[in-house]
Amino acid sequence: MGEMEQMKKEAEALKTQIEAARKAVGDTDMASAASGVAPAPRVQLKTRRTLKGHLAKIYAMHWSTDNNLSSLSSIGVFRLMVSASQDGKLLIWDSHSGNKVNAVPLKSSWVMTCAYAPSGNLVASGGLDNMCTVYNLKTPVIKTVKELDAHTGYLSCARFLSDTEILTSSGDTTCALWDLETGKQKTVFLNHVGDCMCLSLSPDMNTFVSGACDSLAKLWDIRDGQCKQTFQGHTSDINAISFYPSANAIITGSDDCTCKMYDLRADQEVISYQDAALNSGVTSLALSMSGRLIFAGYDDFNCNIWDSLKGEKVGVLSGHDNRVSCTGVPEDGMCVCTGSWDSFLKIWN
Amino acid sequence: MTINTLSQDGVQRQQMPCLTKMERMIISMQDPDMGIKLRNQRLLITVIPHAMTEALHIGQLFVKYGYIYPLKEPRNLILKADDSPYRFQTPYYWMSTRWPASELDYAIYLAKKNIRKQGELIEYEKECYNALHKRINHTWDFVVMQAREQLRASKQRRKADRIVLECQEQAYWLVNRPPVSTAHYPPSKRYVKYCEQYQPHDPIMQGCLPSNPWITDDIMFWNMHSETVAVPTKLRVERWSFSFMELLNDSMGRKEFLTYLEKEFSAENLCFWQACEDVRHGETSKIPEKVDEVYKQFLAPGASRWVNIDSKTMEKTLEGLKRPHRFVLDDAQMHIYFLMKKDSYPRYLKSELYKNLLARAIVPQETKKSVFPFMRRQRHSSPSPALATQIGEDDGKGKNSNSVKSNSGTASRL
Repeated sequence: MGEMEQMKKEAEALKTQIEAARKAVGDTDMASAASGVAPAPRVQLKTRRTLKGHLAKIYAMHWSTDNNLSSLSSIGVFRLMVSASQDGKLLIWDSHSGNKVNAVPLKSSWVMTCAYAPSGNLVASGGLDNMCTVYNLKTPVIKTVKELDAHTGYLSCARFLSDTEILTSSGDTTCALWDLETGKQKTVFLNHVGDCMCLSLSPDMNTFVSGACDSLAKLWDIRDGQCKQTFQGHTSDINAISFYPSANAIITGSDDCTCKMYDLRADQEVISYQDAALNSGVTSLALSMSGRLIFAGYDDFNCNIWDSLKGEKVGVLSGHDNRVSCTGVPEDGMCVCTGSWDSFLKIWN
Repeated sequence: MTINTLSQDGVQRQQMPCLTKMERMIISMQDPDMGIKLRNQRLLITVIPHAMTEALHIGQLFVKYGYIYPLKEPRNLILKADDSPYRFQTPYYWMSTRWPASELDYAIYLAKKNIRKQGELIEYEKECYNALHKRINHTWDFVVMQAREQLRASKQRRKADRIVLECQEQAYWLVNRPPVSTAHYPPSKRYVKYCEQYQPHDPIMQGCLPSNPWITDDIMFWNMHSETVAVPTKLRVERWSFSFMELLNDSMGRKEFLTYLEKEFSAENLCFWQACEDVRHGETSKIPEKVDEVYKQFLAPGASRWVNIDSKTMEKTLEGLKRPHRFVLDDAQMHIYFLMKKDSYPRYLKSELYKNLLARAIVPQETKKSVFPFMRRQRHSSPSPALATQIGEDDGKGKNSNSVKSNSGTASRL
């Protein structure tokens, strides 16, 4: 009995020490630093496009990157993106014209995520089938390149690092880095104790962050497979996560109806984006190009816009008839796309 | 034995082997039988090093890292080759045991000094004191209380011990004081700075020229920003000056930078960096052959595009090449990356090449909205494979493209 008590006391003392150390380094002064900044203008974005074509709930969408443009701009195709719906289809859109460039039928219609490779050659999808399937868009007929099958839980998120590597997060509480040539897992990231729900790659691709149902966000080193930092503060499942564009912070969105910003160097929460009137969970989030605005999709059918520095709500995107399940801002920051269970994708600006 | 200059984030891991070597030497120097002759002189212990360069150099290092400290001019951390007295620093204050020097401890030390003798703090210390007072204001009571306690405790010691302890503490902080530089700012200021810098580039915050294609349906913006455009826009060229990564991420930026490096005869650095990127992100099966190519072109002695890497990194890389893997070139790549970042990149930004490009770069004219609503493009989404009927795109777009109200480009600070 005595030893347990002692150990507990020691753990408590260490916790207090860490807290004090964090306070010393950390910055409870975001408000004062941000007070000098001009407030973000009241942001009123209008729907510029409504993309119709899916027949069931849309679960995920992902913009392609700029690399594609040079070869495609000559034929007038701009702003490709992929969306996934539980009607069993991946649709590749030329969102500016509204045309569907490709439709990829899925073996399993219970899809939860989709991703576009930076090269534009590949797309991936995955879901309740526990697999991540990778397709080649550049062959005359779209082919399945690989079926990555090793997770023992549903696939919640996937992101390509290149045409040869992809990162996945799964309901089996692990994340994994796969080699697309061999179809095998190169590294497995073990540390979460709840279903991993989302992941975000750092701009330099050396690290990534994941959010899980254990209400923790973790930073991982891709090279050595270790969890380098853990961020707590949320009180429920973290459904969405993203790196801040300057890469020294992350933003998370959770079922506890709040979004939070964590500073990586200070290793702690810096701001919490919440409002007493909001009592539905956050499903997805995306940042504007400068990082100033956070677009967060909620269960209450809206997407709220937050000023990331001041922590205030500055706008709302309403127009969907059901939960907003995914959001994304393209690399040039020109607009924001929201996808919903009402089967539509809307582009706002 | 290379000792890297101290960096803010603590390079403890790199320094440890050097520190341990130094500490072993220090310990043997103090060995009563085999060590350096020590003299007691009214509590002062003198060390007279040999007047040989090697010993002098090592001696300098000892002083620099605080293992011995001068008594006559404590702020002047150099080793003089005369018989000025020095003293060995107590192991409690050795770098290996006390790294990193915490701000809190430094604050307590300065507070003690301030309390003991008002006006004792020198300029630099006053600055630090004020900065710390602001930054860790919430623990200031703790700081002052600790300082008072420590002063009280020291009063109870013998005078001789107290003097020695004060000297030791002072010497420690002279070597290890945390920097009060702007790089140390609180995280929030970093974000504010970043947002402000990027705001003109954020089309949602500040609109874009000539116009946002989503609003006016004019794709000129994308055409002007394509990779192969002849004259870039001003905003794009300005962005290259935000950070080295911004320059490298833009293919036009990379091309321009390569041209500059060619003039400086250091183009092989960028080529090497790109080759390493290719290894890191390419196919696993091709890694051995790519790594071999890199070795032949850039690393082998007498290679046509030999890159200048320090011998330690070169040795480590060459060792790793025996069993090539995706990250085998990381250390070398990082070395060259930092070389370019610290040296070539800032000079490029000051160069005529960059300045001329910036001067030639265009600021697009805002396109006017077409006056005739009938000129809007017909737009229908292609028929969904699953549905027989055609779906129009009118509701989403009719509202904006028809309206003559200005929604274009910079005016949309909504």
